[in-house]
Amino acid sequence: MTGILKSREAILALAILALLALVAMRFPAFILPGNLANVLTDTSPLIILALGQMVVILTKCIDLSIAASLALCGMVAGLLNMAGVPIAVILLAVIVLGALLGAFNGLLVWKLGIPSIVVTLGTMTIYRGIIFLLTAGKWINAHQMSPEFKAFPRAMILGFPVMTWIMIAIVAIFAVLIYRTPLGRAFFAVGGNPHAAVYTGISVGRTQFAAFVISGTLAGLTGYLWVARYAVAYVDIAGGFELDVVAACVIGGVAIAGGAGSVAGAVMGALFLGIMKNALPVVGISPFAQMAISGIAILVAIAFNARSSRQKGRIILKQAEHRTVEGTA
Amino acid sequence: MTSTVDPMATAPGRGRNIPDRLVPGWKRALKSWEALLFAVAVAIFIANSLASPYFLDPWNLSDASFNFTEKAIIAFAMAMLIIAGEIDLSVAAIIALASTAMGLAMSAGASVPVLVLIGLATGLICGAFNGFLVAGLGLPSIVVTIGTMSLFRGIAYIVLGDGAFTGYPDAFGWFGQGYVWWVFSFELVLFMVMAVVFGLLLHATNFGRRVYVIGNNATAARFSGVRVDRIRFILFLLTGLMSGIAAICLTSRLGSTRPSIATGFELEVVTMVVLGGVNILGGSGSIPGVVIAALVMGLVTFGLGLLNVPGIVMSIIIGALLIGVIALPRLWKMART
Repeated sequence: MTGILKSREAILALAILALLALVAMRFPAFILPGNLANVLTDTSPLIILALGQMVVILTKCIDLSIAASLALCGMVAGLLNMAGVPIAVILLAVIVLGALLGAFNGLLVWKLGIPSIVVTLGTMTIYRGIIFLLTAGKWINAHQMSPEFKAFPRAMILGFPVMTWIMIAIVAIFAVLIYRTPLGRAFFAVGGNPHAAVYTGISVGRTQFAAFVISGTLAGLTGYLWVARYAVAYVDIAGGFELDVVAACVIGGVAIAGGAGSVAGAVMGALFLGIMKNALPVVGISPFAQMAISGIAILVAIAFNARSSRQKGRIILKQAEHRTVEGTA
Repeated sequence: MTSTVDPMATAPGRGRNIPDRLVPGWKRALKSWEALLFAVAVAIFIANSLASPYFLDPWNLSDASFNFTEKAIIAFAMAMLIIAGEIDLSVAAIIALASTAMGLAMSAGASVPVLVLIGLATGLICGAFNGFLVAGLGLPSIVVTIGTMSLFRGIAYIVLGDGAFTGYPDAFGWFGQGYVWWVFSFELVLFMVMAVVFGLLLHATNFGRRVYVIGNNATAARFSGVRVDRIRFILFLLTGLMSGIAAICLTSRLGSTRPSIATGFELEVVTMVVLGGVNILGGSGSIPGVVIAALVMGLVTFGLGLLNVPGIVMSIIIGALLIGVIALPRLWKMART
């Protein structure tokens, strides 16, 4: 099992290197350390959200409201900033708000047993709608934001901006959380076999709730980073980003049926998409082609994941017990 | 009561509750999801006619039907797909691709029948592609269709960039703007015909029974001789075809094609299906439910539109409706026990 996981991540790493090599042949400056650092910074929001989405998917759920939560928290950050609230308080506020938004999703899934795809489909439109109610559709533009607000994610420490350091810190926290804590094991247990999880004393609902709170919290934090970095906030920021996030997870080998995935995989899945997004214009491929190419990347990744999971020799009846949106192999 | 995981998991030892005697049919019908939804629809209808004097005008109601007919005809096919335990998130992208294909053909001087054929064929090809990946290769449909959603719409973006196809022939406008009889537009008639066709297909044929069987237990279905993958493939084909038809109507109604056409339709279609009482995990649901859900969504949007409520506020209400109608019965059940 770990052998397959390891080799899957190795293959993904090779794919990323191959992608970089391909781009470098056309445009060598792309792989200069400075540019790669920029790509890494650019991809940081995707990496952070992919980790949040990963824990949700691990527990057999999905969070389609992640981008809407990001946008709502980002807008609230912008509004607080206009009201003159200091950065530290804003950071705290968006994290708490994000956690609350995630908790709302989580409660509906946990206490009422509503399928997560239905819950988050609903909250995704509700959260975005709330932005409109807060602002009446107005934008917050760069000149309305205080210089400190915009400068924080860009401030350079040891050659990387703060945003990148936050991403690195979150990856490190996740590496510990997922592999070294009871909660981390619970995510895998709940997704791998809910029945067995219950018998070992793990509450399925509570674990799913925790996953949603984590994904909401990360969306909240990213909301501030996003708005401050791009120096604009409006209703539709990060529109459709939830699909990029799911795509990053899928490319990173997180099984959509739950129970399998890794921090390294999710990070690399996000990096793969991020590098592609940055490289296409550089090598002269129309940015309009990006959507089709990421579609193909997702399909290839799923086909590959399915092949490697089939090698595990799953029992046919086990699949019948767990009716999910997964197709039978 | 179903949840994302098997209910057994959260309550060990409590199996599915099978009553020892059946409640009379009319009593069951009264307590059904469709009846509840129908009551909601009637309430919204009455509230709307009280709130705005313009609501009860037949022509206004006919105009209002345009904002749900295209989504509803996809929702019928999507309902069957979801009952069978699959999902297709690429329907809006299929519309974009089919519309782009028709635009290309139009630029090359194709006649109206050819445009229609191209729209239908593109839908079928996209559906077949989804069906092949899911039924043929055994990949999970939710991620497959997230992928094909990017792929199909991505192709539309490659062809069109930030441009648009305009100048469709006048005769083509009939599908989205023409009337068959009095206030009954082509789209409204199409909606009614498709409701009957899909209602019969799901509730009165062997094929329909098999769809339920697959949704409840695909493995048992396989052992009972149901050709599970073939039916799954056909369902994707049907959903693709309906998306192609919707593309024809929408393109004809708008008179132009942009790559961003029908953005977000997939979520509204899924909302319609779930609101109609179809279990998102498969195995149960009905076409009449989806029909009423389409009417509810159409009435809500139209009524709020008459009251000058902005579109995004309507989407909050649709979102709240989706969660509310599913949460309320469960909350009620919890409060009673």
